Amino acid sequence: MNQLAFEVGQTATPEAVQFYILAPIAVLAALGILVVKKAVHAALLMAWIMITLAIFYIANGAAFLGVVQVVVYTGAVMMLFLFILMLVGVDSSDSLKENLRGVRPIAITASVGIALLLVSLISRASLGRDAAGIEVMNNYGNVEGIASLLFTKYVWAFEFISALLITAAVGAMVLAHSQKSADAQKSQRVKSLARFRGESLGTAAGLPGSGVFARHNAVDVPALLPDGTPSELSVSKTLKARGDVIDGGKYALDQLPQANEADKDFEGR
Amino acid sequence: MDISYYLYLSAILFTIGAVGVVIRRNAIVMFMCIELMLNAANLAFVTFARINGNLEGQMVAFFTMVVAACEVVVGLAIIVMIYRSRRSASVDDASLLRR
Repeated sequence: MNQLAFEVGQTATPEAVQFYILAPIAVLAALGILVVKKAVHAALLMAWIMITLAIFYIANGAAFLGVVQVVVYTGAVMMLFLFILMLVGVDSSDSLKENLRGVRPIAITASVGIALLLVSLISRASLGRDAAGIEVMNNYGNVEGIASLLFTKYVWAFEFISALLITAAVGAMVLAHSQKSADAQKSQRVKSLARFRGESLGTAAGLPGSGVFARHNAVDVPALLPDGTPSELSVSKTLKARGDVIDGGKYALDQLPQANEADKDFEGR
Repeated sequence: MDISYYLYLSAILFTIGAVGVVIRRNAIVMFMCIELMLNAANLAFVTFARINGNLEGQMVAFFTMVVAACEVVVGLAIIVMIYRSRRSASVDDASLLRR
Protein backbone atom coordinates (compact mmCIF):
# COMPACT_ATOMS: atom_id res chain seq x y z
CA MET A 1 0.00 0.00 0.00
CA ASN A 2 2.72 2.44 0.90
CA GLN A 3 6.35 2.40 1.85
CA LEU A 4 6.02 3.14 5.54
CA ALA A 5 9.08 1.97 7.32
CA PHE A 6 7.27 -0.64 9.39
CA GLU A 7 7.10 -3.85 7.47
CA VAL A 8 4.23 -4.76 9.70
CA GLY A 9 1.97 -6.30 7.17
CA GLN A 10 -1.46 -5.12 6.22
CA THR A 11 -4.81 -5.44 7.89
CA ALA A 12 -7.76 -7.05 6.21
CA THR A 13 -10.17 -4.76 4.40
CA PRO A 14 -13.00 -4.88 6.97
CA GLU A 15 -10.62 -3.85 9.70
CA ALA A 16 -9.32 -1.01 7.53
CA VAL A 17 -12.86 0.21 6.87
CA GLN A 18 -13.63 0.05 10.57
CA PHE A 19 -10.47 2.03 11.32
CA TYR A 20 -11.16 4.68 8.70
CA ILE A 21 -14.65 5.20 10.10
CA LEU A 22 -13.94 5.05 13.84
CA ALA A 23 -10.51 6.69 14.08
CA PRO A 24 -11.55 10.11 12.71
CA ILE A 25 -14.59 10.10 14.99
CA ALA A 26 -12.36 9.28 17.97
CA VAL A 27 -10.00 12.13 17.09
CA LEU A 28 -12.95 14.50 16.69
CA ALA A 29 -14.31 13.42 20.08
CA ALA A 30 -10.88 13.99 21.63
CA LEU A 31 -10.76 17.48 20.11
CA GLY A 32 -14.26 18.00 21.45
CA ILE A 33 -12.99 17.44 25.00
CA LEU A 34 -10.72 20.42 24.51
CA VAL A 35 -13.53 22.79 23.55
CA VAL A 36 -16.79 21.70 25.19
CA LYS A 37 -17.91 23.92 28.00
CA LYS A 38 -19.58 21.42 30.32
CA ALA A 39 -17.62 18.71 32.08
CA VAL A 40 -20.49 16.24 31.60
CA HIS A 41 -20.19 16.56 27.83
CA ALA A 42 -16.45 15.99 28.10
CA ALA A 43 -17.19 12.82 30.11
CA LEU A 44 -19.55 11.53 27.42
CA LEU A 45 -17.01 12.21 24.66
CA MET A 46 -14.41 10.43 26.77
CA ALA A 47 -16.69 7.40 27.14
CA TRP A 48 -17.11 7.32 23.37
CA ILE A 49 -13.34 7.37 22.83
CA MET A 50 -12.90 4.54 25.32
CA ILE A 51 -15.51 2.38 23.58
CA THR A 52 -13.79 3.08 20.24
CA LEU A 53 -10.48 2.03 21.73
CA ALA A 54 -12.09 -1.16 23.05
CA ILE A 55 -13.20 -1.95 19.50
CA PHE A 56 -9.65 -1.32 18.27
CA TYR A 57 -8.25 -3.62 20.96
CA ILE A 58 -10.54 -6.41 19.85
CA ALA A 59 -9.59 -5.75 16.22
CA ASN A 60 -5.96 -6.06 17.28
CA GLY A 61 -6.56 -9.51 18.72
CA ALA A 62 -6.76 -8.36 22.32
CA ALA A 63 -10.23 -9.66 23.10
CA PHE A 64 -9.58 -9.82 26.83
CA LEU A 65 -8.29 -6.26 27.00
CA GLY A 66 -11.20 -5.04 24.89
CA VAL A 67 -13.72 -6.46 27.34
CA VAL A 68 -11.71 -5.20 30.31
CA GLN A 69 -11.59 -1.77 28.70
CA VAL A 70 -15.38 -1.65 28.48
CA VAL A 71 -15.91 -3.03 31.97
CA VAL A 72 -13.22 -1.06 33.79
CA TYR A 73 -13.04 2.19 31.86
CA THR A 74 -16.45 2.86 30.42
CA GLY A 75 -18.12 1.00 33.25
CA ALA A 76 -16.26 1.88 36.42
CA VAL A 77 -13.94 4.80 35.76
CA MET A 78 -16.33 6.95 33.73
CA MET A 79 -19.12 6.16 36.19
CA LEU A 80 -16.84 7.38 38.96
CA PHE A 81 -16.08 10.53 36.97
CA LEU A 82 -19.78 11.26 36.46
CA PHE A 83 -20.47 10.51 40.12
CA ILE A 84 -17.83 13.01 41.24
CA LEU A 85 -19.11 15.53 38.69
CA MET A 86 -22.55 15.31 40.24
CA LEU A 87 -21.09 15.48 43.74
CA VAL A 88 -18.90 18.49 43.02
CA GLY A 89 -21.76 20.16 41.21
CA VAL A 90 -22.46 20.51 37.55
CA ASP A 91 -22.86 24.23 38.11
CA SER A 92 -19.23 24.67 39.13
CA SER A 93 -18.37 27.21 36.48
CA ASP A 94 -15.87 25.67 34.12
CA SER A 95 -14.54 28.78 32.48
CA LEU A 96 -12.66 28.35 29.26
CA LYS A 97 -10.93 31.68 29.70
CA GLU A 98 -7.24 31.41 30.37
CA ASN A 99 -5.87 32.79 33.59
CA LEU A 100 -2.26 32.43 32.58
CA ARG A 101 -1.86 34.58 29.53
CA GLY A 102 -0.45 32.93 26.44
CA VAL A 103 -0.75 29.36 27.67
CA ARG A 104 -3.13 28.33 24.92
CA PRO A 105 -1.06 29.40 21.87
CA ILE A 106 2.06 27.93 23.43
CA ALA A 107 0.27 24.67 24.23
CA ILE A 108 -1.18 24.34 20.75
CA THR A 109 2.13 25.14 19.05
CA ALA A 110 4.03 22.71 21.24
CA SER A 111 1.42 20.00 20.74
CA VAL A 112 1.58 20.32 16.95
CA GLY A 113 5.34 19.96 17.30
CA ILE A 114 5.01 16.88 19.49
CA ALA A 115 2.46 15.32 17.15
CA LEU A 116 4.70 15.88 14.13
CA LEU A 117 7.67 14.51 16.05
CA LEU A 118 5.81 11.36 17.09
CA VAL A 119 4.31 10.78 13.66
CA SER A 120 7.61 11.24 11.86
CA LEU A 121 9.30 9.00 14.42
CA ILE A 122 6.76 6.24 13.84
CA SER A 123 6.99 6.58 10.08
CA ARG A 124 10.79 6.34 10.17
CA ALA A 125 11.02 3.47 12.63
CA SER A 126 11.80 0.09 11.23
CA LEU A 127 11.32 -3.30 12.76
CA GLY A 128 13.75 -4.97 10.39
CA ARG A 129 11.49 -7.96 9.96
CA ASP A 130 7.91 -8.77 9.13
CA ALA A 131 5.18 -8.27 11.67
CA ALA A 132 4.17 -11.46 13.43
CA GLY A 133 0.44 -10.81 13.49
CA ILE A 134 -2.51 -11.95 15.53
CA GLU A 135 -2.25 -15.68 14.76
CA VAL A 136 1.24 -15.98 16.20
CA MET A 137 0.36 -13.81 19.17
CA ASN A 138 -2.79 -15.72 20.08
CA ASN A 139 -1.33 -19.10 19.30
CA TYR A 140 -2.59 -20.59 22.57
CA GLY A 141 -5.63 -18.37 22.80
CA ASN A 142 -5.77 -14.80 24.01
CA VAL A 143 -7.14 -15.31 27.52
CA GLU A 144 -5.10 -18.47 28.08
CA GLY A 145 -1.93 -16.74 26.91
CA ILE A 146 -2.51 -13.75 29.16
CA ALA A 147 -3.32 -16.02 32.09
CA SER A 148 -0.15 -18.07 31.64
CA LEU A 149 1.96 -14.90 31.49
CA LEU A 150 0.15 -13.26 34.38
CA PHE A 151 0.57 -16.18 36.75
CA THR A 152 4.12 -17.13 35.85
CA LYS A 153 6.38 -14.42 34.56
CA TYR A 154 4.45 -11.44 35.89
CA VAL A 155 3.13 -12.95 39.10
CA TRP A 156 5.13 -10.54 41.25
CA ALA A 157 3.88 -7.52 39.32
CA PHE A 158 0.39 -8.94 39.68
CA GLU A 159 0.75 -9.21 43.46
CA PHE A 160 2.20 -5.74 43.75
CA ILE A 161 -0.58 -4.29 41.69
CA SER A 162 -3.20 -5.92 43.89
CA ALA A 163 -1.48 -4.35 46.91
CA LEU A 164 -1.55 -1.02 45.05
CA LEU A 165 -5.28 -1.36 44.39
CA ILE A 166 -6.05 -2.06 48.03
CA THR A 167 -3.85 0.83 49.14
CA ALA A 168 -5.58 3.16 46.69
CA ALA A 169 -9.01 2.10 47.89
CA VAL A 170 -8.09 2.63 51.54
CA GLY A 171 -6.37 5.91 50.69
CA ALA A 172 -9.40 7.20 48.85
CA MET A 173 -11.62 6.27 51.78
CA VAL A 174 -9.34 8.12 54.20
CA LEU A 175 -9.11 11.16 51.93
CA ALA A 176 -12.78 11.46 51.14
CA HIS A 177 -14.00 10.74 54.65
CA SER A 178 -15.12 13.89 56.36
CA GLN A 179 -15.75 14.66 59.98
CA LYS A 180 -19.35 15.57 60.66
CA SER A 181 -19.73 19.30 60.66
CA ALA A 182 -20.32 20.98 64.00
CA ASP A 183 -23.82 21.89 62.87
CA ALA A 184 -24.78 18.27 62.32
CA GLN A 185 -23.64 17.29 65.81
CA LYS A 186 -25.92 19.79 67.58
CA SER A 187 -28.77 18.28 69.48
CA GLN A 188 -32.37 18.97 68.65
CA ARG A 189 -32.75 21.08 71.78
CA VAL A 190 -29.82 23.33 70.87
CA LYS A 191 -31.11 23.75 67.34
CA SER A 192 -34.60 24.62 68.50
CA LEU A 193 -33.27 27.23 70.97
CA ALA A 194 -31.13 28.74 68.24
CA ARG A 195 -34.16 29.00 65.98
CA PHE A 196 -36.38 30.84 68.45
CA ARG A 197 -33.71 33.04 70.02
CA GLY A 198 -32.08 33.92 66.72
CA GLU A 199 -32.29 37.25 64.95
CA SER A 200 -35.67 36.77 63.35
CA LEU A 201 -38.72 34.68 64.09
CA GLY A 202 -39.57 34.57 60.39
CA THR A 203 -38.36 31.04 59.90
CA ALA A 204 -38.82 29.81 63.45
CA ALA A 205 -41.48 27.37 62.36
CA GLY A 206 -39.34 26.08 59.53
CA LEU A 207 -39.03 27.21 55.93
CA PRO A 208 -42.27 27.81 54.03
CA GLY A 209 -44.02 24.77 52.58
CA SER A 210 -46.08 24.63 49.42
CA GLY A 211 -48.86 26.73 50.96
CA VAL A 212 -52.64 26.64 50.87
CA PHE A 213 -52.91 28.24 47.44
CA ALA A 214 -50.13 26.20 45.90
CA ARG A 215 -50.91 24.65 42.57
CA HIS A 216 -47.57 22.87 42.46
CA ASN A 217 -45.58 21.22 45.21
CA ALA A 218 -42.55 20.35 43.13
CA VAL A 219 -39.18 21.25 44.64
CA ASP A 220 -38.33 23.65 41.83
CA VAL A 221 -41.48 25.79 42.24
CA PRO A 222 -41.30 28.43 44.97
CA ALA A 223 -43.88 28.11 47.73
CA LEU A 224 -46.77 30.58 48.04
CA LEU A 225 -46.90 32.63 51.22
CA PRO A 226 -50.29 33.33 52.85
CA ASP A 227 -50.53 36.61 50.94
CA GLY A 228 -50.13 34.76 47.67
CA THR A 229 -46.61 35.84 46.77
CA PRO A 230 -43.97 33.26 45.95
CA SER A 231 -41.24 32.74 48.55
CA GLU A 232 -37.69 32.40 47.28
CA LEU A 233 -36.64 30.91 50.64
CA SER A 234 -38.40 27.65 49.89
CA VAL A 235 -36.20 26.66 46.94
CA SER A 236 -32.88 24.90 47.45
CA LYS A 237 -29.77 26.97 46.79
CA THR A 238 -28.36 24.28 44.56
CA LEU A 239 -31.35 24.42 42.23
CA LYS A 240 -31.05 28.20 42.10
CA ALA A 241 -27.37 28.00 41.22
CA ARG A 242 -28.13 25.59 38.42
CA GLY A 243 -30.90 27.82 37.13
CA ASP A 244 -33.44 25.03 37.41
CA VAL A 245 -36.06 27.07 39.30
CA ILE A 246 -39.42 27.57 37.63
CA ASP A 247 -40.72 31.13 37.81
CA GLY A 248 -43.10 31.19 40.78
CA GLY A 249 -44.96 34.29 39.56
CA LYS A 250 -47.00 32.13 37.21
CA TYR A 251 -48.50 30.31 40.16
CA ALA A 252 -48.99 33.35 42.40
CA LEU A 253 -52.41 34.04 43.91
CA ASP A 254 -53.34 36.91 41.61
CA GLN A 255 -52.81 34.66 38.64
CA LEU A 256 -55.29 32.15 40.00
CA PRO A 257 -58.43 33.30 38.04
CA GLN A 258 -56.61 32.97 34.72
CA ALA A 259 -55.25 29.62 35.78
CA ASN A 260 -58.76 28.43 36.65
CA GLU A 261 -59.99 29.54 33.24
CA ALA A 262 -57.17 27.62 31.63
CA ASP A 263 -58.06 24.54 33.67
CA LYS A 264 -61.71 24.82 32.62
CA ASP A 265 -60.69 25.08 28.98
CA PHE A 266 -58.60 22.01 29.48
CA GLU A 267 -61.45 20.07 31.10
CA GLY A 268 -63.87 21.12 28.39
CA ARG A 269 -61.79 19.53 25.71
CA MET B 1 -4.18 -0.41 5.72
CA ASP B 2 -0.89 -0.56 7.53
CA ILE B 3 -0.95 -1.73 11.15
CA SER B 4 1.17 1.28 12.07
CA TYR B 5 -1.87 3.50 11.47
CA TYR B 6 -2.95 2.50 14.96
CA LEU B 7 0.30 3.96 16.22
CA TYR B 8 -0.41 7.26 14.46
CA LEU B 9 -3.86 7.35 16.03
CA SER B 10 -2.29 6.64 19.41
CA ALA B 11 0.24 9.46 18.96
CA ILE B 12 -2.49 11.93 17.98
CA LEU B 13 -4.75 10.99 20.89
CA PHE B 14 -1.81 11.26 23.29
CA THR B 15 -1.00 14.75 22.02
CA ILE B 16 -4.61 15.90 22.31
CA GLY B 17 -4.69 14.58 25.87
CA ALA B 18 -1.52 16.50 26.70
CA VAL B 19 -3.00 19.71 25.30
CA GLY B 20 -6.15 19.14 27.31
CA VAL B 21 -4.20 18.84 30.56
CA VAL B 22 -2.54 22.18 29.84
CA ILE B 23 -5.46 24.27 28.61
CA ARG B 24 -8.46 22.98 30.58
CA ARG B 25 -8.86 24.46 34.04
CA ASN B 26 -11.43 22.11 35.54
CA ALA B 27 -9.59 19.50 37.58
CA ILE B 28 -12.01 16.73 36.57
CA VAL B 29 -11.63 17.43 32.85
CA MET B 30 -7.85 17.52 33.34
CA PHE B 31 -8.11 14.05 34.86
CA MET B 32 -10.10 12.87 31.87
CA CYS B 33 -7.35 14.13 29.59
CA ILE B 34 -4.78 12.19 31.62
CA GLU B 35 -6.97 9.11 31.13
CA LEU B 36 -6.98 9.84 27.40
CA MET B 37 -3.16 9.88 27.39
CA LEU B 38 -3.02 6.56 29.26
CA ASN B 39 -5.51 5.05 26.85
CA ALA B 40 -3.51 6.22 23.86
CA ALA B 41 -0.40 4.59 25.31
CA ASN B 42 -2.41 1.39 25.82
CA LEU B 43 -3.42 1.39 22.16
CA ALA B 44 0.24 1.63 21.20
CA PHE B 45 1.09 -1.29 23.53
CA VAL B 46 -1.65 -3.46 22.06
CA THR B 47 -0.53 -2.64 18.53
CA PHE B 48 3.05 -3.47 19.36
CA ALA B 49 1.92 -6.76 20.85
CA ARG B 50 0.35 -7.60 17.50
CA ILE B 51 3.44 -6.47 15.60
CA ASN B 52 5.78 -8.51 17.79
CA GLY B 53 3.51 -11.53 17.97
CA ASN B 54 3.61 -11.96 21.73
CA LEU B 55 1.36 -10.96 24.59
CA GLU B 56 3.83 -8.93 26.62
CA GLY B 57 2.46 -5.67 25.27
CA GLN B 58 -1.03 -6.65 26.32
CA MET B 59 0.29 -7.47 29.79
CA VAL B 60 1.73 -3.96 30.10
CA ALA B 61 -1.54 -2.47 28.87
CA PHE B 62 -3.38 -4.52 31.47
CA PHE B 63 -1.15 -3.25 34.26
CA THR B 64 -1.54 0.30 32.95
CA MET B 65 -5.30 -0.05 33.25
CA VAL B 66 -5.06 -1.13 36.87
CA VAL B 67 -2.70 1.72 37.73
CA ALA B 68 -4.99 4.15 35.92
CA ALA B 69 -7.92 2.92 37.99
CA CYS B 70 -5.93 3.51 41.20
CA GLU B 71 -4.91 6.93 39.99
CA VAL B 72 -8.49 7.91 39.24
CA VAL B 73 -9.72 6.74 42.64
CA VAL B 74 -7.10 8.66 44.60
CA GLY B 75 -7.19 11.69 42.30
CA LEU B 76 -10.94 12.07 42.50
CA ALA B 77 -10.78 11.73 46.28
CA ILE B 78 -8.28 14.59 46.33
CA ILE B 79 -10.55 16.66 44.07
CA VAL B 80 -13.49 16.05 46.42
CA MET B 81 -11.31 17.12 49.35
CA ILE B 82 -10.20 20.31 47.61
CA TYR B 83 -13.78 21.01 46.63
CA ARG B 84 -14.91 20.64 50.24
CA SER B 85 -12.42 23.18 51.50
CA ARG B 86 -12.44 25.65 48.58
CA ARG B 87 -15.89 25.15 47.00
CA SER B 88 -14.38 24.96 43.53
CA ALA B 89 -13.03 22.32 41.19
CA SER B 90 -10.98 24.80 39.20
CA VAL B 91 -7.24 24.37 39.49
CA ASP B 92 -6.77 28.13 39.29
CA ASP B 93 -8.46 28.57 42.64
CA ALA B 94 -6.04 26.23 44.41
CA SER B 95 -3.20 28.74 44.43
CA LEU B 96 -2.39 29.11 48.11
CA LEU B 97 1.35 28.91 47.51
CA ARG B 98 1.32 31.84 45.10
CA ARG B 99 -0.25 34.31 47.45
